[in-house]
Amino acid sequence: MDFLHSLFAVSAEDLLSTSVLVLLLVAAWGGDKASRAISIVAFAVLVGAAALAVPALTAGAGGAATSAFGGHIKLDAFAAFAKLLIYVGSGVTLIVAPAYFDRFKAMRAEFPLLILLAALGMGIMVSANDLLTLYIGLELNSLAAYVLAAILRADGRSAEAGLKYFVLGSLASGILLYGISLTYGFTGTTSFDGIRVALGTGALSIGATFGLVFVLAGLAFKISAAPFHMWTPDVYEGAPAPVTTFFATAPKVAALALLMRVSLDAFGGQPGAWQQIVIFASLLSIVIGALGAIGQDNIKRLLAYSSINNVGFMLIGLAAGTAAGASAMLVYLAIYVVSSVAAFVVVLALRDEAGNAIESIAQLGGLSRTRPWLAAALAVVMFSLAGIPPLFGFWGKFLVFQAAVQAHLVVLAALGIAASVIGAFYYLKVVKVLYFDDATDAVQGREELANRALLLGSSLFLSPLGYLLTPWLGNLAGSAAAALFHFA
Amino acid sequence: MIQAIAFYLFATMMITSAIVTITARNPVHSVLWLILAFFNAAGLMVLVGAEFIAMLLIIVYVGAVAVLFLFVVMMLDIDFSELRGGFIRNAPLGLLLAAVLLGELVFGILVSSAGDLHIAKAATVAATPAGLSNTAAIGALLYTRYLFEFEAAGMILLVAMIGAIVLTHRQRGDTRGQNVSKQVARRPQDATINLQPEVGKGVQL
Repeated sequence: MDFLHSLFAVSAEDLLSTSVLVLLLVAAWGGDKASRAISIVAFAVLVGAAALAVPALTAGAGGAATSAFGGHIKLDAFAAFAKLLIYVGSGVTLIVAPAYFDRFKAMRAEFPLLILLAALGMGIMVSANDLLTLYIGLELNSLAAYVLAAILRADGRSAEAGLKYFVLGSLASGILLYGISLTYGFTGTTSFDGIRVALGTGALSIGATFGLVFVLAGLAFKISAAPFHMWTPDVYEGAPAPVTTFFATAPKVAALALLMRVSLDAFGGQPGAWQQIVIFASLLSIVIGALGAIGQDNIKRLLAYSSINNVGFMLIGLAAGTAAGASAMLVYLAIYVVSSVAAFVVVLALRDEAGNAIESIAQLGGLSRTRPWLAAALAVVMFSLAGIPPLFGFWGKFLVFQAAVQAHLVVLAALGIAASVIGAFYYLKVVKVLYFDDATDAVQGREELANRALLLGSSLFLSPLGYLLTPWLGNLAGSAAAALFHFA
Repeated sequence: MIQAIAFYLFATMMITSAIVTITARNPVHSVLWLILAFFNAAGLMVLVGAEFIAMLLIIVYVGAVAVLFLFVVMMLDIDFSELRGGFIRNAPLGLLLAAVLLGELVFGILVSSAGDLHIAKAATVAATPAGLSNTAAIGALLYTRYLFEFEAAGMILLVAMIGAIVLTHRQRGDTRGQNVSKQVARRPQDATINLQPEVGKGVQL
């Protein structure tokens, strides 16, 4: 009966995997003609999985009710919060993808299936409570992501992005696996609770330290934190725009949530050992993200550097090592996902008369006169990403810095605020091009109705109206973060 | 005593063949040395009593993976002299980096002598329960404690399969596939015609 209980507890994963298997048969017989129908069903499946994950948001922080498969899986409020964000990111990708690929006559029936499989892997990642589960979930997600990056076979840049992502991702997986094996060797267990007990709070043996460093390095690659960020601009630029939308949202949430659980739970008794690594990666990401973006003319590369920069800010919350920091990080993550969705829906709408994508920022000159609403939406996103106060992006940054200051990391917070001023420069540069440069009239494409609705919804969320959501979002993030600090 | 001799034999052979794998100039030789390395690794696994993993190494790595490597290497038409030129140009930098890594490693070891160094804790439980063979013990764990991971690994293999098909399979216009129902439905009178050509005229088809 324990097995049945476990199977019931992972009902969201059950739903995802069984529907993937059924839809795979539909894809095999229906071919690429069925891809639109499969996308719609896949979206419905994601909604269903989200509905199955919601009860865990409030179902209590820990204990037997949240643990499944002998403690290898933990279905607490934290996992549910991350899963909801993951399903939002995957669902948005399914909405924007068909129209994009249809323009190239390259919509594949396997595309929605790979998104669902990646979502399954990410769900496993965020609820992993064992190093083995962590690795299996991560690989499921990564393998699907490599294929997604290269899915436009006729496009050389897409193939290049897929190959680059694959080679560097495999290297990172190897580093992570090496760290996992060292950790297992020096603690004698792969379970997070067991590692926490085995490491204790005293001095850390050098082998366990090496294991911890390698695990963090492998995960830093997956969240594209500096100094493991090199793949991000190339992959973001080369991958098809809907796939980039996906990469910027769901896998980022999953890897960050995983990093939080590993640091705060498995290595939670040894904050001194990882705090300096996280602070280093955080500052470096903020600075590299801000400086690297300045010279970019390609909007997808710019958004890639922006994502590196934002990951740096989120890591400040992790560096604090407190429940307040984790909660701030989750709020920031939610806002960041919506910002990315809005930014990439705008990128998808940037097309010339022939339907070719416009990626050069210089060609966006005077967009405010030809396409005022699109320009306004992009301006809202840029202001929000820069953290300019009336917009919602400011709230995430504020919470993160507040948590850092409360944890006596005043220097880190001060450096972060200083670097965010540098970052504001290139966000504002885009707004300047949109509103004050001579009109180039390059952008001609009309966005689809669904994309328009997405853009409207996400812009409203990022606008000052988003502050109406702060109590609700704060409560959810708070209970999710509390679950993270609830130890068996 | 004999185990120790066997261990050092396998270990030296394995390290030697691993080194030759990456230094051999001919990639086919590299693969052959790699097979030898796998084989010695299997020998080491037998020595520690993990006969199941040893068999897996032989069957999967030597039997399938290495042979696949060999096929791919033989099929690829690579200009190896060019690759070698690049290696020699990059060698000084590589050696410099290696020296730095070595220096850091030595430094790390010296520093660590100042503190306490724990190597693995003494095993409190036997690797396999009494009365169970290695294979049975792994199987029992796979289907009970690690059931979720085992099933999820199945999904990973599914992704790998879908990915390989998505990225390589394409509809080609110039292939002539077999249509079985069309073949079966074909009747003799549709396929053959009787002609009576006049002498010296030939047949116009």
